[in-house]
Amino acid sequence: MRCPPPAGARGYEPCCERLHFGSPAYILNERSVNIRGAEGCGLNIIEVIMMATPQTGLSAVKEDPGTTAAADDAAEAGQARFDQILADDSRIEPRDWMPEKYRKSLVRQIGQHAHSEIIGMQPEANWITRAPSLKRKSILMAKVQDEAGHGLYLYSAAESLGTTRDAMTDQLIEGKARYSSIFNYPAVTWADMGAIGWLVDGAAIVNQVPLCRASYGPYGRAMVRICKEESFHQRQGFEILMELANGTQAQKQMAQEAVDRWYAPSLMMFGPPDGDSPNSQQSMQWNIKRFTNDELRQRFVDMLAEQVKTLGLTLPDEDLKWNEERGHYDFGELDWNEFKEVLAGRGPCNSQRMERRREAHEEGAWVREAAAAYARKMAARNAEQTVGAAS
Amino acid sequence: MTGGSTTGDDGTRPVDTEAEEDQYANEPWPLWEVFVRSSRGLSHVHAGSLHAPDAGMAVRNARDLYTRRNEGVSVWVVPANAITASDPDAKGAYFESAAGKDYRHATYYKKSEGVKHL
Ligand SMILES: [Fe+2]
Ligand SMILES: [Fe+2]
Repeated sequence: MRCPPPAGARGYEPCCERLHFGSPAYILNERSVNIRGAEGCGLNIIEVIMMATPQTGLSAVKEDPGTTAAADDAAEAGQARFDQILADDSRIEPRDWMPEKYRKSLVRQIGQHAHSEIIGMQPEANWITRAPSLKRKSILMAKVQDEAGHGLYLYSAAESLGTTRDAMTDQLIEGKARYSSIFNYPAVTWADMGAIGWLVDGAAIVNQVPLCRASYGPYGRAMVRICKEESFHQRQGFEILMELANGTQAQKQMAQEAVDRWYAPSLMMFGPPDGDSPNSQQSMQWNIKRFTNDELRQRFVDMLAEQVKTLGLTLPDEDLKWNEERGHYDFGELDWNEFKEVLAGRGPCNSQRMERRREAHEEGAWVREAAAAYARKMAARNAEQTVGAAS
Repeated sequence: MTGGSTTGDDGTRPVDTEAEEDQYANEPWPLWEVFVRSSRGLSHVHAGSLHAPDAGMAVRNARDLYTRRNEGVSVWVVPANAITASDPDAKGAYFESAAGKDYRHATYYKKSEGVKHL
């Protein structure tokens, strides 16, 4: 098993998040603690939202398949219209004709994205009971609830392409679907909550802001909603680190060690280098992706290199330095073998994450069944009353 | 189906002897479209969709999913399969009657230019 450097894991084994694991934090209701969400979102996000042509659109409605000849004609006309819509940088909507590859690629990408949000609840949910104050617990609950929401927005978007949420959930639980490798790293100290918010949510924002303009309407709209919420996530993380960095020597060290742990994995969230990313090209031609992995990674490093100064901490990268000529920060090589290992299921927490997800799904089965049974019963009762009233 | 830990689960479902229960065990919840009125005086606008077993739960889920930050003062949920939409392939022809009828717009009428309050 490959684990990240155990530098900050004082007294903890990697993967020990569950040492003091409380009650499953899957059904959370922010209302009970009355939180007002942070409003702020960066200017760049607003700009992108303005460009995102937020027309409303409905989920997939089934259509009758035509005869073969008619279907061929329709496909040809459909392809032409599809190409034109992309050329105009407009949006594809659920009932539009689209190439099968475009549909499949979107289902895969949106599905993976949704799974990442859902699995991503775990490292932080595991810390809710141990957060150092009631306020911090409330904030963490609100964040975890947001991540659940993000997962649901995205499942809905994928569902409009004809793959049901249940099917996607099954794929995840059966280990047939991927999620972001970042969530297979353990969060071993409270400072990790800060580092996750600042670095992991931060990387997610850089990745997601351009996706607000993805050519598939429902995906773009889900991303607009998500991006608005992410900036609260990043800021609360930054604030946790800020407080620790200005605390005692031990607290500052804890913050530094958490940053050391999460820095490289967060840079890998943008995916493999452009040369090793065969899907990127196609995805950019389809206007799903707007920037390459390396472009986004560079943008993120440039932001971090400045922000870390405010924290009074450092980034664990000896090669990090400003390059006047490029107008960007240079940074060191990442360990892509580690990335591949984690993605292949051999990260520090893969099996724990999957096991927890399965447990939650199976143990929640009776709730889903009971709700369905109740709905059936009420529907039958209503029908009876209607019949009774009519006769 | 309510059995304890599923550690070591290989993806297969436990055998259930109660046929009736089994019939509904994996029944998917219907899909609902959610419309949110962001403030008084504005229309409800489509916000997204969700799954729920019935209308009451759909409204509650919609509240939790789409109005966590005061995004709405009212929520509608509509069964997705109750919505009838225009045919997307007939787009051009279907909305053609509006095209070429500039006279439906105030800007078509030039003679009144410069006349106040008109
Ligand atoms: Fe998220
Ligand atoms: Fe987040």
